[in-house]
Amino acid sequence: MNKHLFSLPRLSLRFTTIWRRNFLVWKKMAGPSILGHLADPVIYMLGLGYGLGGMLPEINGMPYITFLAAGTVCYSTMNSASFEALYSGFTRMHEQRTWEAILNTPLSLDDIVFSEIAWAASKSLLAGIAVLAVIWLLGLSHSPMTLWLIPLALLVGLCFASVGLIITALAPSYDFFMYYFTLVITPMVLLCGVFFPVDQLPVLLQNISAALPLTHAIELARPLMSSAVPAQLAWHVTVLLGYALLGFYVSLVLFRRRLSQ
Amino acid sequence: MSAVLSVQNLRKSYAGQTVVDGVSIRIDKGECYGLLGPNGAGKTTTLRLMLGLIDPDGGDLNLLGLTVPRHAREARLRVGVVPQMDNLDPDFTVAENLLVYGRYFGMSDATIESRLPELLEFANLTGKRDAKVPTLSGGMKRRLTLARALVNDPDILFLDEPTTGLDPQARHLIWQRLRELNARGKTLLLTTHFMDEAERLCHRLAVMDNGRIISEGSPRELIERNIEPQVVEVFGEHAAAWANNHAVRYTQRFEISGETVFCYVQDAQPLLQNLLQQPELRYLHRPANLEDVFLKLTGREMRE
Repeated sequence: MNKHLFSLPRLSLRFTTIWRRNFLVWKKMAGPSILGHLADPVIYMLGLGYGLGGMLPEINGMPYITFLAAGTVCYSTMNSASFEALYSGFTRMHEQRTWEAILNTPLSLDDIVFSEIAWAASKSLLAGIAVLAVIWLLGLSHSPMTLWLIPLALLVGLCFASVGLIITALAPSYDFFMYYFTLVITPMVLLCGVFFPVDQLPVLLQNISAALPLTHAIELARPLMSSAVPAQLAWHVTVLLGYALLGFYVSLVLFRRRLSQ
Repeated sequence: MSAVLSVQNLRKSYAGQTVVDGVSIRIDKGECYGLLGPNGAGKTTTLRLMLGLIDPDGGDLNLLGLTVPRHAREARLRVGVVPQMDNLDPDFTVAENLLVYGRYFGMSDATIESRLPELLEFANLTGKRDAKVPTLSGGMKRRLTLARALVNDPDILFLDEPTTGLDPQARHLIWQRLRELNARGKTLLLTTHFMDEAERLCHRLAVMDNGRIISEGSPRELIERNIEPQVVEVFGEHAAAWANNHAVRYTQRFEISGETVFCYVQDAQPLLQNLLQQPELRYLHRPANLEDVFLKLTGREMRE
């Protein structure tokens, strides 16, 4: 029984049919969804950016609101993927038994888990584009390099969707997700440089920060605002991809175990 | 006749507890085959093993000429499944549910669209094409689930307690549809704990308990093989006392359950004569049925 619990994922393009299912559901609620992607980050960005930013000097040669905007792209895409992978994923797996229906067709659990990641990353992509549109509209950056924020949003989405699915695979109920948001996501927002540079933190916290994926996402996003190529580009991309691949594999093994009961 | 499904010595246990314990079944094309058993007998696990959704600990499985679980995906292309619990997409309309499900089988939107009128007609849902799932009644949801299982025009249908929770009208409509499918040559495999459902629909039945098949055959064979042909049910406050004094003499076998005595007999006449002299007792004389067989084989105690 356990012999294929740990086997590597077998992927095919069949997952696209599940992606299209989720897209059809989303289309029915597209208005509120897009508003959600825009309102929350924009309110934070404008409120803190102008309010707090007015009292602050420039940070690393950029106005505070621009500094914050780069963090917001990553934070918003992280949130999108996390909410989708946890709450919506759990709904499809457990509440609505959508997975069970799909498993009775020629699709496999590997297809389903990959479709969840691809779908959550798609929502991140949308969230990233929404914030980028605001950045352009407010004139916070005129650099064409900011277009790289789009593939970055997808990468951040893949990373946090995969990691989030580990929690979904372990969750007995929706309440369980509070642990993840309180103990993982919120500290990450405060430690990874969304609101202030990481070097303001004590060394211990800086070291923790260096291991967290959001830090690497922000290290990639921030230089793009001022048309610079991010330092240690390959390293940051590798870390994010590493989290994505590891999260995918671990969550898949956990889902296989959970659904073979 | 060719076997659509054949299972040899199937075994599965969870955490040391044996759930399926050496099950062998062969189902031929066009048959309606029923798996009967109390809750926890291993019916649903057996179905999931047959579909390749879980790996067996031992045994051989062949579904539509393909080895399962190794080729389960290919086999499921030609299988329809009606699950025990509804898992329709609540965000979608009736038609969208069928469209999205058909895509999982690799069907093009055009092909699915062309099958929609026939499927909706079959499910009596033509007028509900654009209705959202939460607005449907329990019977409509079941019929939509059945239509969904037919979207890929499968050779065999797996139905896990297809009428549980439905009112009599809704059940009869489902039965009628299942008989139509069977008449069109579809092979059906259903689990149930409704004896009338099994008796009406199934050509052959297997009674399952504790993960094993304890008897197999046509409904009539099961009754003939396992039980006396006549049953007299005796009711009343003193039924038990009467049974211990009189029923022993006139019956092959009797069982006391609360205030009812079930008397199993070859010839009911002597017993009925005796009952005429017991004005305080009421009774019902009837031929033995599948429920009697089921209770004899699996016992009367509750299963939780």
